[in-house]
Amino acid sequence: MEIFKSHTKVYNILDKGKLFFILSIIAFLAAIGLVLTKGLTLGIDFSGGTVVQVQYEGTPPIDEIRKKLSENKLFAHASVAPFGKNNEIVIKSPTSAETIDKDMSDEIQASLQGTGKFEIRKVDMVGPKAGNELRTKGFTAFFLALGVILLSVTFRYDFRFALAGVVALLHDIVITIGAISLFEVDVNIETIAAILTILGYSIHDTIIVFDRVREHIKDSKETNFRSIINEAVTRTLSRTILTSLTVFFVILTLYVFGGEIMHGFSFPMLVGVVIGTYSSVFVAAQLVIWTGFDVSKYRNKQAEKIKNAQEKARIRAQFEQGTI
Amino acid sequence: MNFLNYRLIIFSIVTIFGLLFSIPSFFQEIEGKKITLGLDLQGGIYMLLGVETEKAVETKIKSIAGAVRYYADQNDILIEDLTINPNDLSFIVLDEAEVKNIDSMLATIQGLEIVKKDALEYKISLTPLEKDITKDLAVTQAVETIRNRLDQFGLAEPSVTRQGTTDIVVELAGIKTIAEEQRARELIAKPANLELMAVDEKLADQANIMSEEDAKSTGHTLLQDAKDPNVKYIVHQIPILTGAEVADARVAFDSQGGSPIINFTLSAFGGKVFGDFTAKNIGTRLAVVLDGKVFSAPVIRERIGGGSGQISGGFTVEEAGSVAIALRSGALPAPVIVLEKRSVGPSLGADSIQASLLALLFGFGLVICFMVVYYGISGVIASLAVVSNIFIIIAVMSAFGATLTLPGMAGLVLTVGIAVDSNIIILERVRELLRDGHGVRKALAEGYGKAMRAILDSNVTQVLACTILYAYGTGAIKGFAITLSIGILASMITAILGTYGIYLASLSKIEKSKRYGLWFGLGGQK
Repeated sequence: MEIFKSHTKVYNILDKGKLFFILSIIAFLAAIGLVLTKGLTLGIDFSGGTVVQVQYEGTPPIDEIRKKLSENKLFAHASVAPFGKNNEIVIKSPTSAETIDKDMSDEIQASLQGTGKFEIRKVDMVGPKAGNELRTKGFTAFFLALGVILLSVTFRYDFRFALAGVVALLHDIVITIGAISLFEVDVNIETIAAILTILGYSIHDTIIVFDRVREHIKDSKETNFRSIINEAVTRTLSRTILTSLTVFFVILTLYVFGGEIMHGFSFPMLVGVVIGTYSSVFVAAQLVIWTGFDVSKYRNKQAEKIKNAQEKARIRAQFEQGTI
Repeated sequence: MNFLNYRLIIFSIVTIFGLLFSIPSFFQEIEGKKITLGLDLQGGIYMLLGVETEKAVETKIKSIAGAVRYYADQNDILIEDLTINPNDLSFIVLDEAEVKNIDSMLATIQGLEIVKKDALEYKISLTPLEKDITKDLAVTQAVETIRNRLDQFGLAEPSVTRQGTTDIVVELAGIKTIAEEQRARELIAKPANLELMAVDEKLADQANIMSEEDAKSTGHTLLQDAKDPNVKYIVHQIPILTGAEVADARVAFDSQGGSPIINFTLSAFGGKVFGDFTAKNIGTRLAVVLDGKVFSAPVIRERIGGGSGQISGGFTVEEAGSVAIALRSGALPAPVIVLEKRSVGPSLGADSIQASLLALLFGFGLVICFMVVYYGISGVIASLAVVSNIFIIIAVMSAFGATLTLPGMAGLVLTVGIAVDSNIIILERVRELLRDGHGVRKALAEGYGKAMRAILDSNVTQVLACTILYAYGTGAIKGFAITLSIGILASMITAILGTYGIYLASLSKIEKSKRYGLWFGLGGQK
C-alpha cells in the first residue's frame, strides 16, 4: 500500500512558506501570551503541597467532602474535583506537614470521616524545600538537554542548519507549553519528561529531513536550493507522516487507556508530536533558506575541502617516496 | 537461503535471551529473576526525610557535659554552674589545683574548642570540623537506626538510603493498610531518647510553681509525667545515662497487673555508671525519661548492680513493642522531618499496571495492523523486531535489577513508536530504491546504509537527552529514562541488524519471486 506518490511528483512545500510562517508566528505569540497572562498551573512537584486521590464506594458526596475539609485548618485552601472514573475524587491542597508520625494521610483520613465508605489510594506530599530542589533539577535538566541537542546538531551539520533546527525546536516547545497553559494541565516532573521527549522527537524529525537535504546537495547537480529542499521534504514526507501517525496513535492509546494519572505526560506528548511533525515539514526547511544558505558556495567549499585533502595526500605521498 | 549470516545469528541470540529472561516476569508460577516493580506500581510509600543535624550537635554537647560531671564525681573534683546551651557548655572549677586534671580529661575528647574566661571558668564548644563530623555522623547513624527498626518491623524489603548531605530516602513496598503504614511511620519517627535522670528532692515541692527559665537557671529541667500532664518533676539537666548505653530491650509483662512493660539491659560501662550513681544516692528518686516524658520515678532503695531496669507506664502491647524495637536499634541522633512523601495503595498500583498494559497492547496492535497492511511481509518482519524489542527491555531490566515504574511503562509504550520508526525509515528507503529500478540486493544494502546514518544521528541525541533526565530526575522519572534508553539501544539491534538478517536469509526467495507488492507493499506490483 502507498499513500504518498512522492516518487512521481515533487510537492512544492516552500510555495506556501510565507503562509505557514505567519501561522507559526501567530501560534508562537499566542502561546507566549497565554503563558504570560494565564500562566502555568504548577503541580505539587514544583510548588509544594499535597494531592490525595480517594475512591468511594458509590458516588462521592463532593459538597459534603468540601464542608468537612474546610473544618480542618490544613485544608482551608484545598480543592476537590472528580477524577478518572466517577467514584473517585482528587483533593489538592497547597499545604504540607513535616511530622512523620502524624502526617497528611492521617489528617485527610480523619477529616473525611463520616463522608461514606472510602479508600485513600494515593497521597503525594511535597514540602517547600523538596519542591525548590525539584524545580531547580527540572529546569537544569531542560536547559542542559537543549544545549546538548544544539551542540550535537552543530557538530554534525552546517551551523545554519543547527540554527534553523533549534529555532524550529523552540517553536515546538513554546507552542506545546502554550497548550499546557490553555488546557490547565498541572506541570509536574512527568511534564518535564514529556517536553524533553518531544525535544528529542522533534529534532529527530528535523534531522531526517536535513539529512536528505545534505544528501541531495552532495549527489545532485541541482543549484536551486528551493528545489533541493522541496525534493528532500517530499521524499521524506511519507516517512514523516507515517511515523508521526504511529507515534501519535501509540500515545493516544496511552492517553485513553493509561488512566488520568498519565495525563501529565501523555497530553503534552500528543500536542508535541503534532506540532513537531508540522514544523519539520513546513517550518525547519523554510528557516534554512532564510539563514542565507548558498548551495554553490557550500559545494565549492566542500569541493575545496576535498581538493585540499587530495593535495595534502599527494604531497605526503611524494614526500614519503622522496620525490619532490 | 542463507541462515548463517551474522546479523541473523546475533538477532536470534538476543531474542532468545530476551524471551528466557522475561518469561519469569510474566508468569507468577515460574521461578527466576522477576522484574522489580516501582512503588507506584506495586503500592508502597516513598519518603524523603530531612535530618535536623543541629540537634545532633546539641546532643553531643549534652553528652560531653555528662562526661565532665561523671569525671568530677569520680575524682571528687568540685565544679559549679555546669550549664548547657545548644552550642556550648560552661562550668567553673572551684579548686585551682584540679584545673590540670580537668584539662587532661578534656584533652581525651576530640574536637573541642575550649575558651577560659579566667583560670577557673570554662566555656566549651565544638570546632567547626567536629561540628561537620557530628552532623555527618548523625545522618549516617539515622540511616542505620531507621534501617534496623524497619528490618525488625517485618516488611519484605525496606530500603533506606542516604541522599545528599542531610537527607534520607525511605522506600517501603508491600504496605497493605493505613494502620500498617501508620505503625511504620511511628517507628521511623520515634526518637526513643531514653534518659535516666536524677530528681532533685530539695526542689521537689516547688515543681508546680517553678517556671522553665527558673529551672534552667539552676541547672535543672522541668519534665511532665507521661500519664498525668499535671504532675511535674524537677530533674538535674544532665542525664546520668542515655539510651546510647542500652544494650537490649524486650517487652515483658508486669507481674501484678499483667500490663506490658519494657525491660532494658545496660552496657557494661552503663551498668557501672548506674551502679555508682545508685550507691551514692540512696533515698532519692530516679526518673525514667523517654522522649522528654517521665514514665516512672522510683525511689532508690539500694545500689542497683547488674545494669538493668524497666519502663512501665500504661503502654499497649504494640506501643511497648515499638519502644523496645526503637531502644534496641538505638536512638535517632537527631529528629527527622518529612520533606516529601508519596504513597500509593496496592489497589491503585494494580489498576495502573492493568491500564498501562492495556495501552501497550492496544498501541502495539494498532502498529502491527498498520505495518502489515502498509508494508506486507516487511511489516510482519518489522513487527517481529518490535516484539523482540519489548522482550529484550524487560529481560535486561529483570537481569540487572532495574525498576519498572509507571513512567517506565509510558517509556515502554513510547519505545514501540520509536522502534517502529527505524523500520519505517529503512523501508521507505528500500522502496525508493526498488522504484528506481534497483534489484532487491542493492536496494536493501543501500537502503540500510543510507537510513542508518539518520537513525544513528537521532538515537544518539535521544539517549543523550535520557541520560540528562536520569541524572536530574527523581525516582519514578529515572524509570522512564532507563526504559527508553534500553529500548532505543535494543532497537538498534532489532531494527537495523535483526530485520536485515531476516531479509538476507530470504533474499533468494524474494529475488526469485520478484513480488515486491507482497514483500514490501509496493503499489502497482504483485
